[in-house]
Amino acid sequence: MLLKIFKKNREGIRRINDSILYALSLIGIIIGLLSLVVLLYDSFSDGLPWLSFQFLTSFPSRFPEQAGLLAALAGRVLVIGLTALISFPLGIGAALYLEEYAPKNWLTSFIQLNISNLAGVPSIVYGILGLGLFVRALELGRSILAGALTMTLLILPVIIIASREAIRSVPNAYREGAYALGASQWQVTRKIVLSQAFPGMLTGTILSLSRAIGESAPMIAIAALVYVRFVPSGPLDRFTVLPIQIFNWMSLPQDEFRGLAAAGIIVLLAVILGMNSIAIYIRNRYQKRMK
Amino acid sequence: MGKIDVKNLNIWFTDNHVIKDVSLELESNSVTAFMGPSGCGKTTFLRAINRLNDLIVGSKTTGEIRIDGQDIYDKDVEVFELRRRVGMVFQKPNPFPKSIFDNVAFGPQLHGLDEKEDIKTIVEKSLREAALWEEVKDRLEKSALDLSGGQQQRLCIARALAVNPDVILMDEPCSALDPIATAKIESLMRKLADKYTVVIVTHNMQQAARASDYTVFLYLGKLIESGTTKSVFENPTNELTEKYITGEFG
Repeated sequence: MLLKIFKKNREGIRRINDSILYALSLIGIIIGLLSLVVLLYDSFSDGLPWLSFQFLTSFPSRFPEQAGLLAALAGRVLVIGLTALISFPLGIGAALYLEEYAPKNWLTSFIQLNISNLAGVPSIVYGILGLGLFVRALELGRSILAGALTMTLLILPVIIIASREAIRSVPNAYREGAYALGASQWQVTRKIVLSQAFPGMLTGTILSLSRAIGESAPMIAIAALVYVRFVPSGPLDRFTVLPIQIFNWMSLPQDEFRGLAAAGIIVLLAVILGMNSIAIYIRNRYQKRMK
Repeated sequence: MGKIDVKNLNIWFTDNHVIKDVSLELESNSVTAFMGPSGCGKTTFLRAINRLNDLIVGSKTTGEIRIDGQDIYDKDVEVFELRRRVGMVFQKPNPFPKSIFDNVAFGPQLHGLDEKEDIKTIVEKSLREAALWEEVKDRLEKSALDLSGGQQQRLCIARALAVNPDVILMDEPCSALDPIATAKIESLMRKLADKYTVVIVTHNMQQAARASDYTVFLYLGKLIESGTTKSVFENPTNELTEKYITGEFG
């Protein structure tokens, strides 16, 4: 009898604990979502009236009705595209080396520790490094290439870490199975490890690229241009990017420019969403083909 | 001289002396079973025959293993060619996450075969040899991971056969399978022995007794007794073997 009461009480406590945790989680997600909704609502209500075809295809102007973000949009897309081209092969190459080829010794652990640390370095530091190394020392100028290389440095640690996780999740039994059939290490790496880990690597790259799209600090150090009245035509052209353009509009005194800034935020969100969807589509297709 | 001659084989994993001075001969066209309690070195011995131990950092092998008279630890030996000749089936079925067809075609393609018709022929022949063809012929393009455990293990056998080996190593191939699937694999072992040299590792004595021609008993890395399965089980000469077989330890 006593035991029964005791048991009942315990169950009651457990049920209360359960509901407390449930409520806390719910509050957490509501706060997160609500602030996002407020932010989106604010941007859309300010920006929507300014969003037009003309806005997308015009260069910046001191007249708000004629201003647009073509240069910033093109600059952003070109920098990110080039960044993806450079960072993806470098990142998965580094990850494959560290996981599959490097001997497990102190040097390798030292490199791994450093990569993890690099992932936590503030982005402006990369901007300053890029300014000193690519813009000045390598004399690339304030070009798209210099911007892309700086962005590559910024996201490379994240890509490497994500790719290594993906490689580690490939069961060893697959590697052994291939070795036992007479595969060389390169064949195992290419046909087993890489094909298995590829979707995970792609996901890591997508996530870091979408982070890079919104990055403004390093781009301010590299590009530092707001008034660009041309679409860059090559990797060595000067450029500006969306976050800088938005920041610039925000700091202008006229109210109309604040509307333009909000419209710019909407475009930036659309670009991020678009790139993510394309990448996820590619990844899903790849995964399906493998199964 | 047997198909595989092992002389004074010693294997260390860093400081751990796993195989201690083992010498024996394995006959061709037969099934040889290695039995012994867990940790006695059976699997290590098996993985020495296709040099899979090489992959483990800190492993060291001394002594000789000769296949058809050729020392496989000789520095002139091409390890990829060795592993083609010595196929292996693992404890847990490990088909690649690819289609059934691609699993079997994987080995031949590794070794440079790219004629589509040839690959098709090999895939069918290997699947037939592994007694799986009738069950999968209509769904070769389906994922291998959708097969049952027993089918997966037979697929792994077909995958090993596809590169035309002459020795097949099986590391407790039935330990993850139910009795019916086990019986199928065991009868397959018997059939494969007509053409190949089959070496299996098992900690299941009944399996050794049912499926093998020769039995080797290892204990703590040492060869305790070896001979025909009949003699080892009916007249064990070593006290340890007798105790193991009668279930006094193990």
